[in-house]
Amino acid sequence: MVDPKIHIEKVSYAYGENWILRDVTLDIAPNSVTVFFGPSGGGKTSLLRLINRLNDLVEGTRMKGRILLDGQDIYSSETHVPSLRRRVGMVFALPLPLPGTVRENVLYGLKLAGVRDRSRLDEILERSLSQAALWDEVKDRLDDLAAALSGGQQQRLCIARSLALEPDVLLLDEPTSGLDPISTRKVEDSLFALKQHYTVIIVPHSIQQAGRIADQAAFFLMGELVEYAPGTELFTLPREKRTEDYVTGRFG
Amino acid sequence: MMNRYWVQRLGFTLLSLISLAVVAPILVVIGIIVVKGLGAISWEFITAMPFDGMKQGGIFPALVGTLLLTLGTALVAIPIGVGGTIYLAEYARDTWVTRCIRLAIVNLSGIPSIVYGLFGLGMFVLFLRMGTSILAGALTLAIMTLPVIISTAEEALRAVPTEFRTVSASLGGTRWQGIRYIILPQALPGIITGIILGLLRAAGETAPILFTVAAFFLPRLPQSPFDPTMALPYHLYVISTQVPGMPLQIQHGTALVLLALVLSMNLVATIIRSYFRRRRQW
Repeated sequence: MVDPKIHIEKVSYAYGENWILRDVTLDIAPNSVTVFFGPSGGGKTSLLRLINRLNDLVEGTRMKGRILLDGQDIYSSETHVPSLRRRVGMVFALPLPLPGTVRENVLYGLKLAGVRDRSRLDEILERSLSQAALWDEVKDRLDDLAAALSGGQQQRLCIARSLALEPDVLLLDEPTSGLDPISTRKVEDSLFALKQHYTVIIVPHSIQQAGRIADQAAFFLMGELVEYAPGTELFTLPREKRTEDYVTGRFG
Repeated sequence: MMNRYWVQRLGFTLLSLISLAVVAPILVVIGIIVVKGLGAISWEFITAMPFDGMKQGGIFPALVGTLLLTLGTALVAIPIGVGGTIYLAEYARDTWVTRCIRLAIVNLSGIPSIVYGLFGLGMFVLFLRMGTSILAGALTLAIMTLPVIISTAEEALRAVPTEFRTVSASLGGTRWQGIRYIILPQALPGIITGIILGLLRAAGETAPILFTVAAFFLPRLPQSPFDPTMALPYHLYVISTQVPGMPLQIQHGTALVLLALVLSMNLVATIIRSYFRRRRQW
């Protein structure tokens, strides 16, 4: 097997006295789509946010265990957190365009990283919008306010904004939860196209979606990783009773 | 049925009378000052030195003094106020120290202005040997202004959705970059409004400058920050109560200038606020 892109080892995570994740261990393969799914409160989103250290922003949390990205411990004191977050992009459940235009949104991360070269910025602008399947719709409105786009377009804009930084890993937290079926389809299609170049980890907003897109799937229940297997296996022949009950809709 | 209708009518009438009662005194005061003071306003009144025991000439040094004091207050209070607020709202964790700071700020805004004046006298004029000077007056006014600036600015910063901070961080932004490029621009109208309201109060106050900077009669402009100066509110107090035989028109004219100054600053604040509110994007 190829070296894992991300190695999660015995990770536990607590908010106050409340353990959200317990002793989770799993490896994530490069250039694949990994799905974290399960009922809400299972710790999927928390684990996602641990991978680019966004949970650092929340006060009163504790974490145990290690997370390695390409063999490097991202929680070691040597990690430069902004650089880590440029390598590990994140798309949130709700489309959250920043104030400003479409162009400013896509190039925001690059501006922070100090990229000034105009021709390179223009090139990245077009490439990342194309990858997010949005270029054709906004190429004439690059200087319109991002808030003027539709919800589905805003979410693809947020994907483009993360892609502009050319990350290694893309984390998506229910990226289609606020979208209609057609926009959802467009976002899923762009995710398929992305996995050749990126390692994608996604919390899907339904089991159907999980089944459609997963190369690997991890089932989380109340902070515990119950089962982790290739998507084709996990959704058709789950080994664990609890996975089967959830996948077949007996609870959830 | 009819009964209920009339009760409602009565209630509404009462409420609108009450709100009228709030506005009426302001309108009456402004009206009286404008009617009685307008006659005194002339180019000379604004730009000339007073003479003949202030019974003739203009209010130029007092007007300049108030503008200089307000400018000095702004120079001290804006960096400290805005900087402190950014720290409190964006960086500081919720510990007992920061809670004490917040409590202190709330209490500062409740202190009577004469107490600020006496503190300024003890601290700046005497202990730090600044003498009665624009510097001492501006510092005193700045301390009085800080709570206003800090509490409005903090509210403005907190009104910016947390998600913007998270998004900025997720794109590799440092905390400061998020503040610099997203949070501050969004909070700016609220912060500016707070600054103007604070300075407005500073421009109109008498007690804090009484012992720290204001001169009774000084028919020349200050030459340095270490000079005392005349100031409009104190000048108004002086010509209204300390100078026998003062023409009423000059008193009203002075009040009108002070009022116009303060109200125009207020107007600017309102315009800034509504302009940015229309442009708000979330």
